[in-house]
Amino acid sequence: MTSTPDLTISGSATIGGATLFAPLSLTLGAGQWTCLLGGSGVGKTTVLRLIAGLDTGAEFTGQITASDGQPVTQRVAYMAQDDLLLPWATVAQNVLLGPRLRGETPDLARRDRLIERMRLQDHLTKKPGELSGGQRQRVALARTLMEDRPIVLLDEPFSALDARTRADMQDLAAEALQGRTVLLVTHDPAEAARLGQSIVVMTQHGLTPCQPPAASAPRKVDDLGSLETQGALLRLLREEAA
Amino acid sequence: MKYLSALAATLFALAVWQMIVFLTGLPKFILPGPALVAETWWQNRWLIAEHTWITAIEVVVGLACGTVLGVVTALQLANSRAARVLVQPMLVFTQALPVFALAPLLTLWLGYGLWSKVAMAVLIIYFPITSSFFDGLMRTPAGYLDLARTMQASPRAVLWHIRIPAALPSLASGMRLAAVYAPIGAVIGEWVGSSQGLGYLMLLANGRAKTDLMFAAMLTLGVFSVLLHMLVRRATARMAGEAR
Repeated sequence: MTSTPDLTISGSATIGGATLFAPLSLTLGAGQWTCLLGGSGVGKTTVLRLIAGLDTGAEFTGQITASDGQPVTQRVAYMAQDDLLLPWATVAQNVLLGPRLRGETPDLARRDRLIERMRLQDHLTKKPGELSGGQRQRVALARTLMEDRPIVLLDEPFSALDARTRADMQDLAAEALQGRTVLLVTHDPAEAARLGQSIVVMTQHGLTPCQPPAASAPRKVDDLGSLETQGALLRLLREEAA
Repeated sequence: MKYLSALAATLFALAVWQMIVFLTGLPKFILPGPALVAETWWQNRWLIAEHTWITAIEVVVGLACGTVLGVVTALQLANSRAARVLVQPMLVFTQALPVFALAPLLTLWLGYGLWSKVAMAVLIIYFPITSSFFDGLMRTPAGYLDLARTMQASPRAVLWHIRIPAALPSLASGMRLAAVYAPIGAVIGEWVGSSQGLGYLMLLANGRAKTDLMFAAMLTLGVFSVLLHMLVRRATARMAGEAR
Protein backbone atom coordinates (compact mmCIF):
# COMPACT_ATOMS: atom_id res chain seq x y z
CA MET A 1 0.00 0.00 0.00
CA THR A 2 1.29 3.43 -0.92
CA SER A 3 0.78 6.46 1.32
CA THR A 4 -2.75 7.39 2.27
CA PRO A 5 -3.88 10.78 1.04
CA ASP A 6 -6.64 13.16 2.04
CA LEU A 7 -9.34 13.13 -0.59
CA THR A 8 -11.64 15.99 -1.51
CA ILE A 9 -14.64 15.98 -3.78
CA SER A 10 -16.25 19.32 -4.49
CA GLY A 11 -18.89 20.19 -7.04
CA SER A 12 -22.50 19.66 -7.97
CA ALA A 13 -24.44 17.06 -9.92
CA THR A 14 -27.54 17.10 -12.09
CA ILE A 15 -29.57 14.32 -13.63
CA GLY A 16 -31.32 15.25 -16.87
CA GLY A 17 -31.18 18.95 -15.90
CA ALA A 18 -32.63 18.40 -12.40
CA THR A 19 -30.32 19.03 -9.46
CA LEU A 20 -29.19 15.86 -7.70
CA PHE A 21 -27.01 17.73 -5.24
CA ALA A 22 -26.15 21.43 -5.00
CA PRO A 23 -22.48 22.49 -4.78
CA LEU A 24 -20.90 20.66 -1.88
CA SER A 25 -17.46 19.81 -0.62
CA LEU A 26 -16.55 16.63 1.21
CA THR A 27 -13.10 15.82 2.51
CA LEU A 28 -12.10 12.31 3.48
CA GLY A 29 -9.37 12.51 6.10
CA ALA A 30 -6.24 10.47 5.41
CA GLY A 31 -6.32 7.11 7.16
CA GLN A 32 -9.78 7.79 8.57
CA TRP A 33 -13.24 6.31 8.31
CA THR A 34 -15.67 8.89 6.96
CA CYS A 35 -19.31 7.85 7.15
CA LEU A 36 -21.63 9.51 4.67
CA LEU A 37 -25.11 9.04 6.10
CA GLY A 38 -28.31 9.78 4.22
CA GLY A 39 -31.68 8.54 3.01
CA SER A 40 -32.38 7.05 -0.38
CA GLY A 41 -32.05 9.25 -3.43
CA VAL A 42 -29.99 12.08 -1.93
CA GLY A 43 -27.01 11.19 -4.11
CA LYS A 44 -24.68 9.63 -1.54
CA THR A 45 -23.99 6.63 -3.74
CA THR A 46 -23.37 9.02 -6.63
CA VAL A 47 -20.66 10.73 -4.56
CA LEU A 48 -19.01 7.37 -3.93
CA ARG A 49 -19.27 6.27 -7.57
CA LEU A 50 -17.81 9.57 -8.75
CA ILE A 51 -14.76 9.00 -6.56
CA ALA A 52 -14.51 5.41 -7.85
CA GLY A 53 -14.64 6.66 -11.45
CA LEU A 54 -17.82 4.69 -12.22
CA ASP A 55 -20.78 5.66 -14.38
CA THR A 56 -23.42 7.53 -12.40
CA GLY A 57 -25.89 8.70 -15.01
CA ALA A 58 -25.43 12.16 -13.48
CA GLU A 59 -23.68 15.22 -14.86
CA PHE A 60 -20.95 16.20 -12.39
CA THR A 61 -19.32 19.62 -12.38
CA GLY A 62 -16.42 19.92 -10.04
CA GLN A 63 -13.31 18.04 -9.09
CA ILE A 64 -12.02 15.12 -7.12
CA THR A 65 -8.50 15.56 -5.83
CA ALA A 66 -6.06 13.80 -3.56
CA SER A 67 -3.82 15.80 -1.24
CA ASP A 68 -0.72 14.26 -2.81
CA GLY A 69 -1.80 15.31 -6.29
CA GLN A 70 -1.81 11.72 -7.61
CA PRO A 71 -4.77 10.43 -9.63
CA VAL A 72 -7.55 8.92 -7.53
CA THR A 73 -9.35 6.23 -9.49
CA GLN A 74 -6.35 3.91 -9.79
CA ARG A 75 -5.96 3.86 -6.03
CA VAL A 76 -9.44 2.84 -4.90
CA ALA A 77 -10.90 -0.48 -3.87
CA TYR A 78 -14.66 -0.87 -4.04
CA MET A 79 -17.13 -2.94 -2.08
CA ALA A 80 -20.88 -2.83 -2.60
CA GLN A 81 -24.01 -4.06 -0.86
CA ASP A 82 -24.14 -6.92 -3.34
CA ASP A 83 -21.02 -9.00 -2.64
CA LEU A 84 -20.43 -9.25 -6.43
CA LEU A 85 -18.80 -12.65 -6.07
CA LEU A 86 -18.58 -14.53 -9.36
CA PRO A 87 -20.89 -17.53 -8.83
CA TRP A 88 -18.87 -19.83 -11.09
CA ALA A 89 -15.55 -19.17 -9.32
CA THR A 90 -14.36 -20.61 -6.02
CA VAL A 91 -13.69 -18.53 -2.93
CA ALA A 92 -9.95 -18.61 -3.63
CA GLN A 93 -10.48 -17.51 -7.22
CA ASN A 94 -12.85 -14.73 -6.21
CA VAL A 95 -10.32 -13.31 -3.77
CA LEU A 96 -7.76 -13.21 -6.60
CA LEU A 97 -10.10 -11.52 -9.08
CA GLY A 98 -8.17 -8.23 -9.20
CA PRO A 99 -4.73 -9.70 -10.03
CA ARG A 100 -6.33 -12.09 -12.53
CA LEU A 101 -8.13 -9.26 -14.31
CA ARG A 102 -4.93 -7.25 -14.52
CA GLY A 103 -2.92 -10.25 -15.69
CA GLU A 104 -0.59 -10.04 -12.70
CA THR A 105 1.06 -12.93 -10.95
CA PRO A 106 -1.01 -13.24 -7.79
CA ASP A 107 0.62 -13.11 -4.38
CA LEU A 108 -0.65 -16.45 -3.06
CA ALA A 109 0.92 -16.05 0.38
CA ARG A 110 -0.93 -12.79 0.81
CA ARG A 111 -4.18 -14.42 -0.33
CA ASP A 112 -3.74 -17.18 2.22
CA ARG A 113 -3.08 -14.67 5.00
CA LEU A 114 -6.26 -12.77 4.09
CA ILE A 115 -8.30 -15.95 3.83
CA GLU A 116 -7.14 -16.94 7.29
CA ARG A 117 -7.80 -13.48 8.67
CA MET A 118 -11.35 -13.64 7.33
CA ARG A 119 -11.71 -17.16 8.80
CA LEU A 120 -12.44 -18.65 5.39
CA GLN A 121 -9.77 -21.37 5.29
CA ASP A 122 -12.41 -24.13 5.38
CA HIS A 123 -14.22 -22.69 2.38
CA LEU A 124 -11.39 -22.17 -0.13
CA THR A 125 -12.76 -24.46 -2.83
CA LYS A 126 -16.43 -23.67 -2.27
CA LYS A 127 -18.55 -21.66 -4.66
CA PRO A 128 -20.33 -18.53 -3.37
CA GLY A 129 -23.69 -20.32 -3.60
CA GLU A 130 -22.61 -22.63 -0.79
CA LEU A 131 -21.84 -19.80 1.64
CA SER A 132 -23.98 -17.78 4.04
CA GLY A 133 -24.51 -14.04 3.56
CA GLY A 134 -21.92 -13.19 6.21
CA GLN A 135 -19.35 -15.58 4.74
CA ARG A 136 -19.91 -14.11 1.30
CA GLN A 137 -19.28 -10.58 2.59
CA ARG A 138 -16.10 -11.83 4.27
CA VAL A 139 -14.94 -13.14 0.89
CA ALA A 140 -15.80 -9.76 -0.63
CA LEU A 141 -13.81 -8.04 2.11
CA ALA A 142 -10.84 -10.35 1.49
CA ARG A 143 -11.06 -9.51 -2.22
CA THR A 144 -11.13 -5.80 -1.35
CA LEU A 145 -8.09 -6.17 0.92
CA MET A 146 -6.26 -8.17 -1.75
CA GLU A 147 -6.34 -4.99 -3.83
CA ASP A 148 -4.27 -3.28 -1.14
CA ARG A 149 -5.40 0.22 -2.09
CA PRO A 150 -4.98 3.31 0.10
CA ILE A 151 -8.56 4.44 -0.56
CA VAL A 152 -11.46 2.09 0.15
CA LEU A 153 -15.02 2.87 -0.91
CA LEU A 154 -17.80 0.97 0.84
CA ASP A 155 -21.33 1.30 -0.53
CA GLU A 156 -23.63 -0.04 2.21
CA PRO A 157 -21.74 -3.32 2.27
CA PHE A 158 -23.37 -4.60 5.47
CA SER A 159 -26.96 -3.45 5.02
CA ALA A 160 -28.29 -6.81 3.79
CA LEU A 161 -26.92 -8.74 6.76
CA ASP A 162 -28.74 -9.68 9.96
CA ALA A 163 -27.96 -7.58 13.04
CA ARG A 164 -25.44 -9.93 14.65
CA THR A 165 -23.55 -10.69 11.44
CA ARG A 166 -23.56 -7.00 10.60
CA ALA A 167 -21.92 -6.09 13.93
CA ASP A 168 -19.31 -8.84 13.38
CA MET A 169 -18.56 -7.59 9.89
CA GLN A 170 -18.29 -4.00 11.11
CA ASP A 171 -15.67 -5.04 13.67
CA LEU A 172 -13.79 -7.11 11.13
CA ALA A 173 -13.81 -4.37 8.48
CA ALA A 174 -12.83 -1.65 10.95
CA GLU A 175 -9.84 -3.68 12.07
CA ALA A 176 -8.81 -4.84 8.59
CA LEU A 177 -9.08 -1.42 6.94
CA GLN A 178 -7.30 0.48 9.69
CA GLY A 179 -4.94 3.13 8.34
CA ARG A 180 -6.70 3.47 5.00
CA THR A 181 -8.82 6.35 3.81
CA VAL A 182 -12.30 4.85 3.96
CA LEU A 183 -15.60 6.23 2.73
CA LEU A 184 -18.58 4.31 4.08
CA VAL A 185 -21.89 5.24 2.51
CA THR A 186 -24.77 4.11 4.70
CA HIS A 187 -28.39 4.82 5.55
CA ASP A 188 -28.01 3.34 9.03
CA PRO A 189 -27.36 5.90 11.83
CA ALA A 190 -26.20 3.09 14.15
CA GLU A 191 -23.54 2.03 11.67
CA ALA A 192 -22.30 5.59 11.21
CA ALA A 193 -22.19 6.06 14.99
CA ARG A 194 -20.22 2.83 15.48
CA LEU A 195 -17.65 3.28 12.73
CA GLY A 196 -17.33 6.94 11.81
CA GLN A 197 -14.22 8.86 12.78
CA SER A 198 -15.84 11.60 10.82
CA ILE A 199 -19.61 11.59 10.24
CA VAL A 200 -21.36 13.62 7.56
CA VAL A 201 -25.12 13.65 7.04
CA MET A 202 -26.27 14.18 3.47
CA THR A 203 -29.75 15.50 2.72
CA GLN A 204 -31.26 17.43 -0.18
CA HIS A 205 -30.08 20.63 1.56
CA GLY A 206 -26.45 19.56 1.49
CA LEU A 207 -23.89 18.17 3.90
CA THR A 208 -23.96 18.54 7.68
CA PRO A 209 -20.84 17.45 9.58
CA CYS A 210 -21.63 15.79 12.92
CA GLN A 211 -19.58 15.25 16.02
CA PRO A 212 -18.53 11.59 16.22
CA PRO A 213 -18.77 9.82 19.61
CA ALA A 214 -15.82 10.18 21.95
CA ALA A 215 -14.82 6.49 22.06
CA SER A 216 -12.47 5.24 19.37
CA ALA A 217 -13.98 3.28 16.48
CA PRO A 218 -15.18 0.57 16.19
CA ARG A 219 -17.26 1.41 19.24
CA LYS A 220 -18.95 -1.20 21.37
CA VAL A 221 -22.51 -1.94 20.32
CA ASP A 222 -23.72 -0.71 23.71
CA ASP A 223 -21.41 2.29 23.96
CA LEU A 224 -23.54 5.06 25.44
CA GLY A 225 -21.87 7.83 23.46
CA SER A 226 -22.54 5.95 20.20
CA LEU A 227 -26.18 5.36 21.10
CA GLU A 228 -26.57 9.04 21.84
CA THR A 229 -24.95 9.97 18.53
CA GLN A 230 -27.15 7.45 16.77
CA GLY A 231 -30.22 9.17 18.18
CA ALA A 232 -28.93 12.60 17.24
CA LEU A 233 -28.17 11.46 13.68
CA LEU A 234 -31.63 9.95 13.25
CA ARG A 235 -33.21 13.14 14.56
CA LEU A 236 -31.19 15.17 12.09
CA LEU A 237 -32.20 12.88 9.21
CA ARG A 238 -35.87 13.21 10.11
CA GLU A 239 -35.76 16.98 10.59
CA GLU A 240 -33.97 17.54 7.31
CA ALA A 241 -36.44 15.36 5.45
CA ALA A 242 -39.44 17.19 6.90
CA MET B 1 -39.96 -41.45 -11.03
CA LYS B 2 -38.94 -39.38 -14.06
CA TYR B 3 -38.59 -42.50 -16.22
CA LEU B 4 -41.83 -43.87 -14.89
CA SER B 5 -43.78 -40.77 -15.88
CA ALA B 6 -42.11 -40.76 -19.32
CA LEU B 7 -43.13 -44.37 -19.77
CA ALA B 8 -46.70 -43.59 -18.69
CA ALA B 9 -46.90 -40.69 -21.16
CA THR B 10 -45.62 -42.92 -23.99
CA LEU B 11 -48.14 -45.65 -23.20
CA PHE B 12 -50.89 -43.08 -23.08
CA ALA B 13 -49.93 -41.67 -26.49
CA LEU B 14 -49.84 -45.18 -27.98
CA ALA B 15 -53.28 -45.92 -26.52
CA VAL B 16 -54.75 -42.73 -28.02
CA TRP B 17 -53.20 -43.58 -31.39
CA GLN B 18 -54.60 -47.10 -31.30
CA MET B 19 -57.97 -45.75 -30.26
CA ILE B 20 -58.09 -43.36 -33.23
CA VAL B 21 -57.20 -46.19 -35.62
CA PHE B 22 -59.87 -48.39 -34.07
CA LEU B 23 -62.63 -45.76 -33.96
CA THR B 24 -62.13 -44.29 -37.43
CA GLY B 25 -61.42 -47.60 -39.16
CA LEU B 26 -58.99 -45.89 -41.53
CA PRO B 27 -57.14 -48.21 -43.94
CA LYS B 28 -53.56 -48.93 -42.93
CA PHE B 29 -52.05 -47.05 -45.91
CA ILE B 30 -53.68 -43.90 -44.50
CA LEU B 31 -53.10 -44.46 -40.80
CA PRO B 32 -51.28 -47.59 -39.64
CA GLY B 33 -51.69 -48.62 -36.01
CA PRO B 34 -48.86 -48.79 -33.48
CA ALA B 35 -48.54 -52.57 -33.67
CA LEU B 36 -48.09 -52.57 -37.44
CA VAL B 37 -45.57 -49.73 -37.27
CA ALA B 38 -43.61 -51.60 -34.60
CA GLU B 39 -43.59 -54.72 -36.75
CA THR B 40 -42.46 -52.79 -39.83
CA TRP B 41 -39.80 -51.06 -37.77
CA TRP B 42 -38.44 -54.40 -36.59
CA GLN B 43 -38.45 -55.91 -40.09
CA ASN B 44 -36.63 -52.88 -41.49
CA ARG B 45 -34.40 -52.21 -38.51
CA TRP B 46 -31.14 -52.46 -40.45
CA LEU B 47 -32.41 -50.26 -43.26
CA ILE B 48 -33.63 -47.68 -40.74
CA ALA B 49 -30.40 -47.90 -38.74
CA GLU B 50 -28.35 -47.24 -41.87
CA HIS B 51 -30.36 -44.11 -42.74
CA THR B 52 -30.41 -42.95 -39.11
CA TRP B 53 -26.62 -43.13 -39.08
CA ILE B 54 -26.43 -40.83 -42.12
CA THR B 55 -28.84 -38.31 -40.62
CA ALA B 56 -27.07 -38.47 -37.26
CA ILE B 57 -23.73 -37.55 -38.88
CA GLU B 58 -25.33 -34.62 -40.68
CA VAL B 59 -26.94 -33.39 -37.48
CA VAL B 60 -23.88 -33.75 -35.27
CA VAL B 61 -21.54 -32.10 -37.77
CA GLY B 62 -24.13 -29.36 -38.33
CA LEU B 63 -24.53 -28.83 -34.61
CA ALA B 64 -20.77 -28.56 -34.10
CA CYS B 65 -20.22 -26.19 -37.05
CA GLY B 66 -23.26 -24.07 -36.17
CA THR B 67 -22.21 -23.76 -32.54
CA VAL B 68 -18.66 -22.70 -33.39
CA LEU B 69 -19.93 -20.23 -35.99
CA GLY B 70 -22.58 -18.85 -33.63
CA VAL B 71 -20.14 -18.45 -30.74
CA VAL B 72 -17.59 -16.66 -32.92
CA THR B 73 -20.26 -14.36 -34.36
CA ALA B 74 -21.68 -13.51 -30.93
CA LEU B 75 -18.19 -12.66 -29.63
CA GLN B 76 -17.55 -10.41 -32.62
CA LEU B 77 -20.91 -8.69 -32.18
CA ALA B 78 -20.34 -8.18 -28.46
CA ASN B 79 -16.86 -6.80 -29.08
CA SER B 80 -17.47 -4.31 -31.81
CA ARG B 81 -20.13 -1.71 -32.35
CA ALA B 82 -19.34 -1.72 -36.08
CA ALA B 83 -20.11 -5.43 -36.25
CA ARG B 84 -23.40 -4.86 -34.48
CA VAL B 85 -24.42 -2.13 -36.93
CA LEU B 86 -23.34 -4.09 -40.01
CA VAL B 87 -24.12 -7.68 -39.18
CA GLN B 88 -27.07 -7.70 -36.81
CA PRO B 89 -29.75 -6.60 -39.31
CA MET B 90 -28.46 -9.17 -41.77
CA LEU B 91 -28.66 -11.85 -39.12
CA VAL B 92 -32.31 -11.07 -38.51
CA PHE B 93 -32.96 -10.92 -42.26
CA THR B 94 -31.57 -14.43 -42.78
CA GLN B 95 -34.07 -15.62 -40.21
CA ALA B 96 -36.89 -13.94 -42.09
CA LEU B 97 -36.06 -16.02 -45.19
CA PRO B 98 -37.79 -19.40 -45.26
CA VAL B 99 -35.03 -21.98 -44.99
CA PHE B 100 -37.11 -24.26 -47.17
CA ALA B 101 -36.54 -21.89 -50.06
CA LEU B 102 -32.80 -22.04 -49.53
CA ALA B 103 -32.59 -25.83 -49.50
CA PRO B 104 -32.61 -26.30 -53.32
CA LEU B 105 -29.92 -23.60 -53.62
CA LEU B 106 -27.73 -25.37 -51.09
CA THR B 107 -28.13 -28.63 -52.97
CA LEU B 108 -27.20 -26.83 -56.17
CA TRP B 109 -24.10 -25.33 -54.59
CA LEU B 110 -22.95 -28.11 -52.32
CA GLY B 111 -24.22 -31.23 -54.08
CA TYR B 112 -26.32 -34.17 -52.97
CA GLY B 113 -23.99 -35.33 -50.24
CA LEU B 114 -23.34 -34.55 -46.60
CA TRP B 115 -22.47 -30.87 -46.84
CA SER B 116 -25.72 -29.49 -48.20
CA LYS B 117 -27.52 -31.06 -45.20
CA VAL B 118 -24.88 -29.82 -42.76
CA ALA B 119 -25.28 -26.34 -44.23
CA MET B 120 -29.04 -26.59 -43.79
CA ALA B 121 -28.69 -27.60 -40.14
CA VAL B 122 -26.16 -24.81 -39.59
CA LEU B 123 -28.50 -22.24 -41.14
CA ILE B 124 -31.31 -23.29 -38.85
CA ILE B 125 -29.33 -23.30 -35.58
CA TYR B 126 -26.97 -20.41 -36.28
CA PHE B 127 -29.47 -17.77 -35.20
CA PRO B 128 -30.61 -19.28 -31.88
CA ILE B 129 -27.00 -19.93 -30.86
CA THR B 130 -25.75 -16.51 -31.90
CA SER B 131 -28.59 -14.51 -30.43
CA SER B 132 -28.77 -16.34 -27.12
CA PHE B 133 -25.01 -16.12 -26.51
CA PHE B 134 -24.91 -12.51 -27.69
CA ASP B 135 -27.77 -11.60 -25.33
CA GLY B 136 -25.89 -13.25 -22.49
CA LEU B 137 -22.72 -11.33 -23.34
CA MET B 138 -24.57 -8.02 -23.38
CA ARG B 139 -26.36 -8.65 -20.09
CA THR B 140 -23.42 -8.95 -17.75
CA PRO B 141 -24.61 -7.74 -14.32
CA ALA B 142 -23.54 -4.09 -14.05
CA GLY B 143 -22.03 -4.63 -10.59
CA TYR B 144 -19.41 -7.04 -11.99
CA LEU B 145 -18.41 -4.48 -14.59
CA ASP B 146 -18.16 -1.75 -11.94
CA LEU B 147 -15.95 -3.95 -9.82
CA ALA B 148 -13.75 -4.83 -12.81
CA ARG B 149 -13.46 -1.15 -13.62
CA THR B 150 -12.17 -0.25 -10.16
CA MET B 151 -9.67 -3.10 -10.62
CA GLN B 152 -8.36 -1.54 -13.86
CA ALA B 153 -9.22 -4.59 -15.95
CA SER B 154 -8.70 -4.44 -19.71
CA PRO B 155 -11.78 -5.04 -21.91
CA ARG B 156 -10.19 -8.29 -23.02
CA ALA B 157 -9.75 -9.52 -19.46
CA VAL B 158 -13.32 -8.53 -18.60
CA LEU B 159 -14.58 -10.46 -21.61
CA TRP B 160 -12.57 -13.54 -20.76
CA HIS B 161 -12.97 -13.66 -16.99
CA ILE B 162 -16.41 -12.15 -16.51
CA ARG B 163 -18.59 -11.63 -19.57
CA ILE B 164 -18.06 -15.04 -21.22
CA PRO B 165 -18.51 -17.09 -18.04
CA ALA B 166 -21.57 -15.01 -17.15
CA ALA B 167 -23.03 -15.70 -20.61
CA LEU B 168 -22.47 -19.47 -20.59
CA PRO B 169 -25.94 -20.28 -19.21
CA SER B 170 -27.45 -18.34 -22.12
CA LEU B 171 -25.25 -20.22 -24.58
CA ALA B 172 -26.36 -23.48 -22.97
CA SER B 173 -30.04 -22.66 -23.55
CA GLY B 174 -29.24 -21.72 -27.16
CA MET B 175 -27.47 -25.05 -27.67
CA ARG B 176 -30.38 -26.97 -26.18
CA LEU B 177 -32.73 -25.24 -28.60
CA ALA B 178 -30.30 -25.97 -31.43
CA ALA B 179 -30.28 -29.68 -30.59
CA VAL B 180 -34.01 -29.78 -31.29
CA TYR B 181 -33.80 -27.72 -34.48
CA ALA B 182 -30.76 -29.28 -36.10
CA PRO B 183 -32.48 -32.59 -37.07
CA ILE B 184 -35.26 -30.58 -38.72
CA GLY B 185 -32.65 -28.79 -40.84
CA ALA B 186 -30.97 -32.00 -41.88
CA VAL B 187 -34.26 -33.64 -42.84
CA ILE B 188 -35.35 -30.63 -44.90
CA GLY B 189 -32.04 -30.91 -46.73
CA GLU B 190 -32.66 -34.59 -47.36
CA TRP B 191 -36.15 -33.95 -48.69
CA VAL B 192 -34.89 -31.56 -51.30
CA GLY B 193 -32.18 -33.77 -52.65
CA SER B 194 -30.50 -36.89 -51.33
CA SER B 195 -30.21 -40.63 -51.71
CA GLN B 196 -29.86 -41.51 -48.04
CA GLY B 197 -30.91 -40.40 -44.57
CA LEU B 198 -34.18 -40.62 -42.63
CA GLY B 199 -35.71 -37.74 -44.58
CA TYR B 200 -35.01 -39.57 -47.82
CA LEU B 201 -36.43 -42.80 -46.41
CA MET B 202 -39.62 -41.02 -45.28
CA LEU B 203 -40.12 -39.50 -48.71
CA LEU B 204 -39.42 -42.81 -50.43
CA ALA B 205 -41.81 -44.76 -48.18
CA ASN B 206 -44.51 -42.13 -48.59
CA GLY B 207 -44.19 -42.20 -52.36
CA ARG B 208 -44.75 -45.96 -52.38
CA ALA B 209 -47.71 -45.79 -50.01
CA LYS B 210 -45.66 -47.62 -47.36
CA THR B 211 -47.15 -45.44 -44.70
CA ASP B 212 -46.09 -47.84 -41.95
CA LEU B 213 -42.42 -47.49 -42.95
CA MET B 214 -42.87 -43.73 -43.16
CA PHE B 215 -44.20 -43.74 -39.58
CA ALA B 216 -41.36 -45.99 -38.43
CA ALA B 217 -38.77 -43.62 -39.91
CA MET B 218 -40.52 -40.57 -38.53
CA LEU B 219 -40.74 -41.98 -35.01
CA THR B 220 -37.08 -43.00 -35.20
CA LEU B 221 -36.22 -39.41 -36.07
CA GLY B 222 -38.33 -38.23 -33.14
CA VAL B 223 -36.62 -40.58 -30.69
CA PHE B 224 -33.22 -39.59 -32.07
CA SER B 225 -34.01 -35.87 -31.59
CA VAL B 226 -35.19 -36.42 -28.02
CA LEU B 227 -32.05 -38.43 -27.19
CA LEU B 228 -29.85 -35.77 -28.76
CA HIS B 229 -31.63 -33.08 -26.76
CA MET B 230 -31.10 -35.05 -23.54
CA LEU B 231 -27.45 -35.57 -24.39
CA VAL B 232 -26.86 -31.87 -25.10
CA ARG B 233 -28.78 -31.00 -21.97
CA ARG B 234 -26.48 -33.14 -19.91
CA ALA B 235 -23.39 -31.90 -21.70
CA THR B 236 -24.31 -28.28 -21.05
CA ALA B 237 -25.40 -28.76 -17.43
CA ARG B 238 -22.12 -27.40 -16.08
CA MET B 239 -22.27 -24.39 -18.40
CA ALA B 240 -25.80 -23.67 -17.26
CA GLY B 241 -24.61 -23.79 -13.65
CA GLU B 242 -26.82 -26.77 -12.85
CA ALA B 243 -24.03 -29.17 -11.87
CA ARG B 244 -23.58 -29.65 -8.18
